[in-house]
Amino acid sequence: MIKALFLKGLALASVVLLSACERPVMDSVQRGYRGTGMVQVYNPRIIEQNEELHAAPVALPPASADGPKAGKVYQNVKVLGDLSVAQFTQLMVSMTNWVAPTEGCAYCHNPANFAEEGKYTKVVARRMIEMTQHINSGWKNHVAETGVTCYTCHRGQPVPSQIWFKEPPQANGADFIGGRAGQNLAAKSVGLSSLPSDPFTPFLLDSLDIRVNGDTALPSGNRHSIKQAEWTYGLMTHMSTALGVNCTYCHNSRSFSSWEGNPPQRATAWHGIRMARELNLNYLEPLTATFPSQRKGEMGDVAKLNCATCHQGAYKPLNGAPMIKNHPELVGKPAPAQVAAVKR
Amino acid sequence: MPQYQNLFTAVQATGPTQSGVPIENGEHERALKPFFLHLLGRIGNAQIGPIYLGGLGLASLILGTLAFNIIGFNMLASVNWNPIEFVRQLFWLALEPPAPVYGLSFPPMNEGGWWLLTGLFLTASLFFWWARMYRRAKALGLGMHIPWAFAAALWLYLVLGFFRPILMGSWSEAVPFGIFPHLDWTAAFSLRYGNLFYNPFHALSIVFLYGSVLLFAMHGATILAVTRYGGEREIEQIVDRGTASERAALFWRWTMGFNATMESIHRWAWWFAVLCPITGGIGILLTGTVVDNWYLWAVKHGVAPPYPVVFPVVVDPATVMGVKP
Repeated sequence: MIKALFLKGLALASVVLLSACERPVMDSVQRGYRGTGMVQVYNPRIIEQNEELHAAPVALPPASADGPKAGKVYQNVKVLGDLSVAQFTQLMVSMTNWVAPTEGCAYCHNPANFAEEGKYTKVVARRMIEMTQHINSGWKNHVAETGVTCYTCHRGQPVPSQIWFKEPPQANGADFIGGRAGQNLAAKSVGLSSLPSDPFTPFLLDSLDIRVNGDTALPSGNRHSIKQAEWTYGLMTHMSTALGVNCTYCHNSRSFSSWEGNPPQRATAWHGIRMARELNLNYLEPLTATFPSQRKGEMGDVAKLNCATCHQGAYKPLNGAPMIKNHPELVGKPAPAQVAAVKR
Repeated sequence: MPQYQNLFTAVQATGPTQSGVPIENGEHERALKPFFLHLLGRIGNAQIGPIYLGGLGLASLILGTLAFNIIGFNMLASVNWNPIEFVRQLFWLALEPPAPVYGLSFPPMNEGGWWLLTGLFLTASLFFWWARMYRRAKALGLGMHIPWAFAAALWLYLVLGFFRPILMGSWSEAVPFGIFPHLDWTAAFSLRYGNLFYNPFHALSIVFLYGSVLLFAMHGATILAVTRYGGEREIEQIVDRGTASERAALFWRWTMGFNATMESIHRWAWWFAVLCPITGGIGILLTGTVVDNWYLWAVKHGVAPPYPVVFPVVVDPATVMGVKP
């Protein structure tokens, strides 16, 4: 009797314990030299499940560049005035499909007067077009010729699903005892680890040091602490989760800090961090006054982007589908080199 | 006739309870009338008690309970006193050491003060427990093997939470009290100091850790396998070897050419176990104080071999900032 109960309990405990695991078999892909652990591990079932999420939208047929310009025909066209009316309309329809397929044009426009600026969504959308153009022309070292459109982040939703807000301070009652120092909860932002749960504010908004390693064998003044390493670790865990890859997708397994022998993707990711930071600072934060309060976080801050906003679990957003091939109008004019927000 | 050829304990000898060997001035300190628990008899001795508490044991328990409770209440407070969240997130919760900015000073209670206090209580508790072990071993006329082995573990504990933080000039370098958080700390420690796998003392410690496991399995298996020849009387057979001893020895000489003796196998086990935290502690103590980046140290000394280039070479973009961010 006791024995049977014990065995049943044991079986139940094992099932409960294992229920959090992904079942084998995994696909593993060797990328580096043998025996160095430079391997990517994929769960083919999760990849299959997410196929739809990472499918690129069907592009509308290209419009003719002939005919009068949108800026001449319509009023209050500030960014896309150089397009022909046909091109302009095609982009507007595409944007509706990408961002507000159920809400339609009226999500941003006043149906009685499309030129009016009454809705905040229109003001935001214009700035987002500028941001997209800026990404596609100014951040080629991250998005290359693949580029991004509104769909890369929005995926058919007015608000992209993967955004972040500043973390509110701990609730009252934790002012004398129970200080968490910004970590030690099962946080989604860092892959359900107990690492610092808001690594975005210091690294993707501020530009605090991400690199904590010393570049000499013996101590020579590197005062970065283990706690700082945990914040960096949090950011890296976010990146790993956001891209659906292991650490060694970018890093050399023997030395995460060394640039010798690491995959070239690390440089792409390096630019990606700077890109996210610059976009958050120059495009999203300045919209704080524009957004209504229900769109803002607990700290009254505007929704911001991180790696997951575009990547959503794929190492190339939308599995690397060329997004700007059909939308050259979303590539801005080559801008003078930006300096802002770019520190180490 | 008892059978030992199975994997789990099948023999339970029962009889009148014993209150142990008589020792000088020791009798009155034994509390708890002994009794039998069958289920415990399946994994150890079925007799529970007598227990010796004593002044040192009492002090150790009180301080340990204090430390345990401070940790627990900090964890509970960190989820805003929500008992459900406390259970759900228990493995994620922790009591964090102070921030680096406080150095070795006493920080505000909520920013590491509780951690420092807990460390004090826990350390005192462990030391009282150590002294208790020492005194009990003396009272029973034993050798000092057990207290010294425990002291080896205390060495590693002190290096992690006391010696190294002091040498680094910051309590923030120490380990948080928490299940996952202390594992994250371990990973972050390795990340910060350039991959601990290149720390030779870390390597030694792993050798002794896994070596202990291997020796434990080899010894346990050998003794169980020869109990049918009287091999469980292993200590007796140190000086008066019988067929069990001879068969066990021959087995290992046949299979690997060398055998430990009934005596030396216990020294092997003791030293492997003790050297695991001793070498580990040395490795931790050197990290950050003497060596800042173990990978670069290993490259410098030819420990880390060069590997063939597989990926196209990329330059650290931070070094070519002038070109484009």
